[in-house]
Amino acid sequence: MASSNDSISKTIIVAVALCLVCSIFVAGAAVGLKPIQQANKDLDRKRNILAAAQMLQPGDDIDRVFANVEKRLVNVAEGRFATDAELAEAGVTVASYNQQAAAKDPALSSSLSGDEDPASIKRRAKFATVYVVKDEDAKARIILPVHGYGLWSTMYGFMALEEDFSTVVGFGFYQQAETPGLGGEVDNPAWKALWAGKEVYNEQGEAVLGLAKGAVDANDPQASHKVDGLSGATLTSRGVTNLVQYWLGEEGFGPFLTKLRSEGV
Amino acid sequence: MSEVKKVLFGPILSNNPIALQILGICSALAVTSSLSVSLVMSIALTTVCAFSNLFIAVIRAHIPNSIRIIVQMIIIASLVIVVDQVLKAFAFEISKQLSVFVGLIITNCIVMGRAEAYAMKNGPAMSFLDGIGNGLGYSAMLMIVGFFRELLGAGKLFGVPVLETVQNGGWYQPNGLMLLPPSAFFVIGLVIWALRAYKKEQVEEPEFKIAKNSRSQEAL
Repeated sequence: MASSNDSISKTIIVAVALCLVCSIFVAGAAVGLKPIQQANKDLDRKRNILAAAQMLQPGDDIDRVFANVEKRLVNVAEGRFATDAELAEAGVTVASYNQQAAAKDPALSSSLSGDEDPASIKRRAKFATVYVVKDEDAKARIILPVHGYGLWSTMYGFMALEEDFSTVVGFGFYQQAETPGLGGEVDNPAWKALWAGKEVYNEQGEAVLGLAKGAVDANDPQASHKVDGLSGATLTSRGVTNLVQYWLGEEGFGPFLTKLRSEGV
Repeated sequence: MSEVKKVLFGPILSNNPIALQILGICSALAVTSSLSVSLVMSIALTTVCAFSNLFIAVIRAHIPNSIRIIVQMIIIASLVIVVDQVLKAFAFEISKQLSVFVGLIITNCIVMGRAEAYAMKNGPAMSFLDGIGNGLGYSAMLMIVGFFRELLGAGKLFGVPVLETVQNGGWYQPNGLMLLPPSAFFVIGLVIWALRAYKKEQVEEPEFKIAKNSRSQEAL
């Protein structure tokens, strides 16, 4: 038995048969579970968008609440909503557009060099996915996607702004891999709650919102532009400041928000 | 019956894969910063270990000796991918936290060690139990390490605050080191110490003796 097992033909037969059986199992699991996984991903994204906009009460049905939010694409460089002609030319549709994937596609993104790239994102997609809130009762008006590099990982998050397009309603990351307990505290609900009511822009219209070193002094005249820094996570804190100031600044959504302020959504 | 008991529960105390065989340390360092993640990792590893033992034991008479390690790897890898897909579908939040570590079960020495040491020589039923037993041994260690790391590092157990931390207005100043992987080394080391103080037969013979201090004159 042992000697026949080691013959070349038996070895090949066993190897091929095993690979076939295993590949059927693996492919079956991957294909069979794909719809559920995709649904999970979508739901998770929607939950994070709604959480940033403070529109989600515990127990709410996410899909029902999400019906109050409309997905739109923004041409970031031009500072306006993308036109249908533009999207048709680029070959993208609003429903299927994925900004994270587009940032890797040379046709849909541009690379940023040194000075232009404080948030260390390397490439920026031409179109950004923003969410416009249609619900009149909701505090938030618009939800912007932001991302940038922290200490270990690119952090992806959403920032929701009020009608004046400067006051923060809520902010949170939905994808990050910072040190748990230190930089990972960006997911701490107590810290995320600090963002509500902060002002992004100062009187000169510059995006100055960022993290303080340590706790914010309530008497500081700039207190409304500062959020407590994360203790033990200097580089993550710096990353958060950089990405917020980049995405809301002149190079990011700044011009777009200025336009919204004068023309409305 | 006692054989079954030995195979199933032996690895928890008397033959713990992490404490005695010092296998699978890497994932024990990486995923134990919170208890819920440790638990899911334990379940995932136990499942993979049990089923890989089972399948390998079933076909053990037909595995050519020259490619047996590859055959074991293929079975383990396939199981791990299936487990990863199932987690992504049914435990999305946890799978996000475990990220790459589920995939790394493939390289976990315990799974392959049991396949090679036990499943290649024993019947399917006993091999299956052996896989579960070693999974339990791994799980026990993971839960102990996770318990101390989460409690001391974040003041929580299973995400529920137990010691109110200073950040949330309580009294407990969390120990940030406990959340970093090296702290697992300390906890595992202390557990091994405790285990060997309790079960003296686990103490290994020293491989060499440390010589007496040489005097400084000799070096000159």
